[in-house]
Amino acid sequence: MHIDPLEKKWLYVALGMVVLFLGSIFLSLALGIKPPSNVETIDSARLHLSEEFAEDNLGVHIQPDGSIKVIMVAGRYGFFPRHITIPADTPITFRWASIDVLHGVHMPMTNMSTMVVPGYVSEVTTTFPKPGDYPMLCNEYCGLGHDYMWSKVTVVAKQTWEREHASKGGES
Amino acid sequence: MNDHQSRRLALWNWTVAFAAFLFASFLGFYQVVERSGLFDFLESPKGYFASVSTHGVLMAYVLTTFFIMGFGYLTATTSLKRPLWQPGLAWAGFFVSLIGTVLAAIPLLTGKASVLYTFYPPIQAHALFYIGAALLVVGSWVWCAIMVVMAVQWHRDNPGRTLPLAMYATVANALLWLWTSAGVALEVVFQLIPWALGWNDTLDPGLARTLFAWTLHPIVYFWLIPAYIALYCFVPREAGGYLFSEEMAKFAFLGLLIFSLPIGFHHLYVDPEQGAGWKLWHGVGTFLVAVPTLVTGFTVLASMEIAGRLNGGKGLFGWIGTLPWRNPMVLAAILALLMLILGGFGGIVNASYALNTMIHNTAWVPGHFHLIFAGTTVILYFAIAYHLWPKITGRKLVSNTLALIQLWTWFVGMTLLSTPWHVLGLLGQPRRISGVTYNSLLTLAWQPYELFMIMGGAVLLGSAVLFGVILWRTWKNPEPETDTGIAYAEPIHPPEGLPAWVENIKTWNLVILVLMLISFGWPIAQFFFLKTYESLPWGY
Ligand code: HEM
Ligand SMILES: [Cu+2]
Ligand SMILES: [Cu+2]
Repeated sequence: MHIDPLEKKWLYVALGMVVLFLGSIFLSLALGIKPPSNVETIDSARLHLSEEFAEDNLGVHIQPDGSIKVIMVAGRYGFFPRHITIPADTPITFRWASIDVLHGVHMPMTNMSTMVVPGYVSEVTTTFPKPGDYPMLCNEYCGLGHDYMWSKVTVVAKQTWEREHASKGGES
Repeated sequence: MNDHQSRRLALWNWTVAFAAFLFASFLGFYQVVERSGLFDFLESPKGYFASVSTHGVLMAYVLTTFFIMGFGYLTATTSLKRPLWQPGLAWAGFFVSLIGTVLAAIPLLTGKASVLYTFYPPIQAHALFYIGAALLVVGSWVWCAIMVVMAVQWHRDNPGRTLPLAMYATVANALLWLWTSAGVALEVVFQLIPWALGWNDTLDPGLARTLFAWTLHPIVYFWLIPAYIALYCFVPREAGGYLFSEEMAKFAFLGLLIFSLPIGFHHLYVDPEQGAGWKLWHGVGTFLVAVPTLVTGFTVLASMEIAGRLNGGKGLFGWIGTLPWRNPMVLAAILALLMLILGGFGGIVNASYALNTMIHNTAWVPGHFHLIFAGTTVILYFAIAYHLWPKITGRKLVSNTLALIQLWTWFVGMTLLSTPWHVLGLLGQPRRISGVTYNSLLTLAWQPYELFMIMGGAVLLGSAVLFGVILWRTWKNPEPETDTGIAYAEPIHPPEGLPAWVENIKTWNLVILVLMLISFGWPIAQFFFLKTYESLPWGY
């Protein structure tokens, strides 16, 4: 077998590149950036009977430890509740279930992104540094109304939120 | 001549492939226009999703599968210099795939299978769609079997010799496809068909997505390998030089075969039904497959440099100018490499899951795969066609200049189409939308990019039609082609002293089996242990 010296050098470069990429994956892992993966099942046909995803439990919840949990349902064609208000600079855990088919949720320009698969609960924790109005869009084809599937999220400065919204549990 | 049968098979497989391509290109153009939101009167989700479903299936499954089958028959007979094993079987495979295509096309075109080419349940299509798709794949398995048998027989008759590179890559691709398609085949046969026919009421969408992810990554290498065969086996010779290293080429193909299979979960980074550890493992594997691609880039560029220098090129970059740019194969290779480099950067973003969350399922994704699949891969399919169509029809290529124009316009069109598409993704536009109805300022920022995409789509449609015209007029050309032999590039050094496992199909399969068990064993088995809740079918 002949491996040209130049070829050998290039192989080292290629391996070096791969090590660099892998390093960045492991670095983000060390920083706590990992994909949403909780492998938790739920009966999508009976969400209304589940405690967590029943209609009157949806929305923003302040946990006893001060962290924030948002419980939402994806269904053709919207994310419910249709409008939520949450604080900036605060870790927020979203929990999602689908009432019908596959959906994807994404808030553009943020890493609030997950698939919502019927039969499973999706969970994402993230922090929004920038206050503003964000659309929440469905990014997986879910039927002919797929492009009409969107809701709204208002991110407000932390102090404003604590003053005006915390008492109302985040209702707008 | 002992390759008469394989030429006819190539001719008819390619006729189906390119007819599908041409029709799907018109749909592609309709889509960019419809989805832009700039033409109210065109808006129709019903028409749009029927169109995207048909376009996706025709481009990703029909064009590729028939092209690869035709090319494989030619490669096998001309590189091994032996007649086709069981031509009758090969024709049977062709017809099974063709019938499957027609059966799937009926519900697709009538809007009864607007489930896109990924057909994620629990949205349900007409049963004919799944049955047709299954037959298309079954027909292609016949091709796989013929490729493997021919390689094994050649090994038996030529003890101690190593397979010609083109055939080596073709067999690797046949095995790759058998392993790859098994995932989606399990999904279609055990989940979708019984459910679409009403034998089962429910299925588990999590399991279905897992099985589909098994197929979804390696399938892109199934599509890409013929393009790599052109880069390794035709380009160096057409450029006037030699292949830099046949050994490395074999390692690259083997690496693609083995490492592209156990890594499909990068498509599920943000899915809830698989654990983070499995995603990490598949993510690591995803970066490992970059190595054979980087090796390919090196070998192909080095081979071209040799050719450029043999043609008199001097200095660090002088050899680039002395390459025969007017040779369609060489031109396509240069353009393909440019798009591969750009697409490779995008791929690194997709593969890193910290970055992936920003672009997952946004317009970035179709932007990426049009660049690398419709761009890099398909432009080399064109070049292979220009190279071999005259040889299989026995008619002279009608115009070299037209072929060059077609390749350039495809490149320009694809750049115009896919660059704004990537930007739209970064601006948050979801993929698979038929219009921009969102009541948000964001959509205003999208408009100028939509315009560029329409221009790109128009150039591409023109280029696709030109491709069809060139092939058609060549077929009808009164002037015969005199050089109908198919020749492959010679390596600088004949390969020698390769370890035996490099040629041993049994060893490859064993390694793949172990890796697949590690990567998919528990992730699939878990669905039988978890308390899962299945889904009833939904319309769309
Ligand atoms: C004539 C040039 C082409 C144009 C204008 C075009 C345009 C489009 C558009 C607008 C979509 C819809 C994407 C979405 O809604 O997210 C699409 C989808 C698709 N295209 Fe193309 N395309 C072209 C050529 C090709 C080629 C040559 C291939 C591959 C060989 C290809 C493969 C696909 C696939 C697989 C999909 C399905 C994507 C999905 O379901 O998300 N296209 N194309
Ligand atoms: Cu949706
Ligand atoms: Cu992939």
